[in-house]
Amino acid sequence: MMPEPRIMSLIGWILISLIGASALGGIALHRGEEINSLWFVTAAICVYAIGYRLYAAWIAAKVLVLDETRATPAERLNNGRDFMPTNKWVVFGHHFAAIAGPGPLVGPTLAAQFGYLPGTLWILIGGVLGGAVQDMVTLFFSTRRNGRSLGQMARDELGAIGGSAALIGTMMIMIILIAVLGLVVVNAMKHSPWATSTVFATIPIAMFVGLYMRHIRPGRVLEGSILGAALLLLAVVGGGWVDHNETLRTLFDHEGLTLAWFVIGYGFVAAIMPVWLLLAPRDYLSTFMKLGTIVLLALAIILLQPTVKMPALTQFIDGSGPIFGGKLFPFVFITIACGAISGFHALISSGTTPKLLANERDIPLIAYGSMLLESFVAIMAMIAASVLDPGVFFAINSPAGVVGKEAADAVALISSWGFPVTVEQMQNLAKEMGEATLFARTGGAPSLAVGMASIFGSAFGQGLLAMWYHFAIMFEAIFILTTLDAGTRVGRFMLQDMLGNIYKPLGQTSWLPSVCFTSAVVVAAWGYFLYIGVIDPNGGVHLLWPLFGISNQMLAAIALAVGTGIIIKSGKLKYAWVTGAPLAWLAIITTTASWEKLMSSDARVGFLAAANGMADKLANGALPPEKAAIAPQLIFNLKLDAALTLFFVIVLWVVILDMLRMVSRHLSGKPVLPLSEAPHEPSRLVEDWVRD
Amino acid sequence: MRRRLSRLWRYVRQISGDDAYERYLKHHAEAHPGEPPLACKDFYQRELERKWSGVKRCC
Repeated sequence: MMPEPRIMSLIGWILISLIGASALGGIALHRGEEINSLWFVTAAICVYAIGYRLYAAWIAAKVLVLDETRATPAERLNNGRDFMPTNKWVVFGHHFAAIAGPGPLVGPTLAAQFGYLPGTLWILIGGVLGGAVQDMVTLFFSTRRNGRSLGQMARDELGAIGGSAALIGTMMIMIILIAVLGLVVVNAMKHSPWATSTVFATIPIAMFVGLYMRHIRPGRVLEGSILGAALLLLAVVGGGWVDHNETLRTLFDHEGLTLAWFVIGYGFVAAIMPVWLLLAPRDYLSTFMKLGTIVLLALAIILLQPTVKMPALTQFIDGSGPIFGGKLFPFVFITIACGAISGFHALISSGTTPKLLANERDIPLIAYGSMLLESFVAIMAMIAASVLDPGVFFAINSPAGVVGKEAADAVALISSWGFPVTVEQMQNLAKEMGEATLFARTGGAPSLAVGMASIFGSAFGQGLLAMWYHFAIMFEAIFILTTLDAGTRVGRFMLQDMLGNIYKPLGQTSWLPSVCFTSAVVVAAWGYFLYIGVIDPNGGVHLLWPLFGISNQMLAAIALAVGTGIIIKSGKLKYAWVTGAPLAWLAIITTTASWEKLMSSDARVGFLAAANGMADKLANGALPPEKAAIAPQLIFNLKLDAALTLFFVIVLWVVILDMLRMVSRHLSGKPVLPLSEAPHEPSRLVEDWVRD
Repeated sequence: MRRRLSRLWRYVRQISGDDAYERYLKHHAEAHPGEPPLACKDFYQRELERKWSGVKRCC
């Protein structure tokens, strides 16, 4: 009787492969006017199913050799707190909630300037062969090392050089990440009283929920969250009232720079406040909102099957795109970043998640599976960007410095690219969304919100477009602010840890002067980059997002280098390509992108070219007075960005060369640092409750 | 159906951390019998401090 189910399953997999291949082929070869988004969903699900069932299972069995009889750190070191064997679906939920951030929503939105095809292909291929593999391998190696962090593993397995490079790299990526996310929020709130008042309202709401969970009904997380979520929805409605009230709306109508100062001040106050009052309750709310909105968006896309209007490829693959400069290769990979491969995930896969794992055999589901879901979020963001009329998409996302300040100039230029749009169309759209204007709203959040609002609007009622738009803005803002707080805190802890080596009391995480000082340093660091972005005449995202992408891919390369080193040291050289191939690809794209960012003579790509160009104009007196006033600062900032890019690429190569040095010593029989794997202990956990 | 719903409810409580204190009491009674456990409020605060001392949220 055995062969029958096997044959059925074989036929099933052949069918999935055929459907997936034809959906992918359909997307890739389609050259008509429009294409149904169901093709994207179908292709994604088939690719994920094959990746998970075949590739992840093969890696688990052959490369990592998962051992389900081996006790995990959660079992051996169970303390009822951070180390605790936990149901695999609960761990999956925690892990996904931790890795899913705003990155996969913003990246694909920006990358849609190349057309939908390049981004979509990279989200699928990069996710299945790169990002999910990185997350899974890191989770496995950290589990075998009592849940040690990526930095510690780099030090234990590669050596002090690789370890410190990983640590400094992590610190720097955090700074850039927070700055660029802060910029996205600021750009979404700029001159929008509705968005600003709603986002501001989330702060007292979170504090109320914090008080509720701590003092009114201690530990009642679900009650508090549901109450808070209801208040957040009210805040969206309330923002509409504020917007319609002449006196109130001026209170919340601000320039980007003012809002940036608010965000910076907020970041500092949030970092020194007790966690229970602001950070933790807002995180509960943002997790609720995040999961709810993702499910809602998936349902709306599947039920509604909106039509994708963006072409498969645009002429901007030559590097002349208005949203950010740079050719398809390597900038589509740098821009998509977290939706396909995210180095940040390695920090979650090492450290937090392995301490909850009840059994090693849950690793593919938790790490590989969560990353596939994250990749699917990126696909949905790509769909949301591509359902807009391309003309509208470019009008929202192109900075005024590229297409012109006047609406008539902007629509004329965008229409001349072959993406027709009219001033009237943009005005009507802005009116429907409850905004004053939608021209040059860079950063990705407004265009994603318009896309989501039009999908939600046609699925759940067209009359509420403005509500849906501001709901989407609130949803993005709330978890961007959570990442901002949490990131500042982590940066502070890392800094305190480093400074503690110089002056002991600074290392005490509860000593108030040290808390204030280190928080101020971290906030000042990201605050400066946020400031750079805000004063940039072109909206700043084109400066900071590539920098973020490069740093994120650099961290991913570090995680893959550590993984490759361990695989080879374990005597599995023939499988080293599993992490080695994505590592090589990341090294190529990060190095090429950094090279272009430094050396390109095109001022829209190269930081130095832009700095020199501006310096020449300033010397010749070719700049208008208001631009000439800030030009020296802009020139300094561009050079700073260039220095940072150089720093990232150096860190990347230090780690890769350190890994190669270790590997070549190992292969030629010389002594290397021993594997730091914890010894095998048999698992005693037989109860099914933990796992099922 | 009811069993499924109650399982789903248990899952939702566990994943959100709503039942963390109950689980702590159970673990405490098994691992440290005789010692008095923390009060709910103190446990909640200590857990939050621990949870937010590392990387917990991503880009």
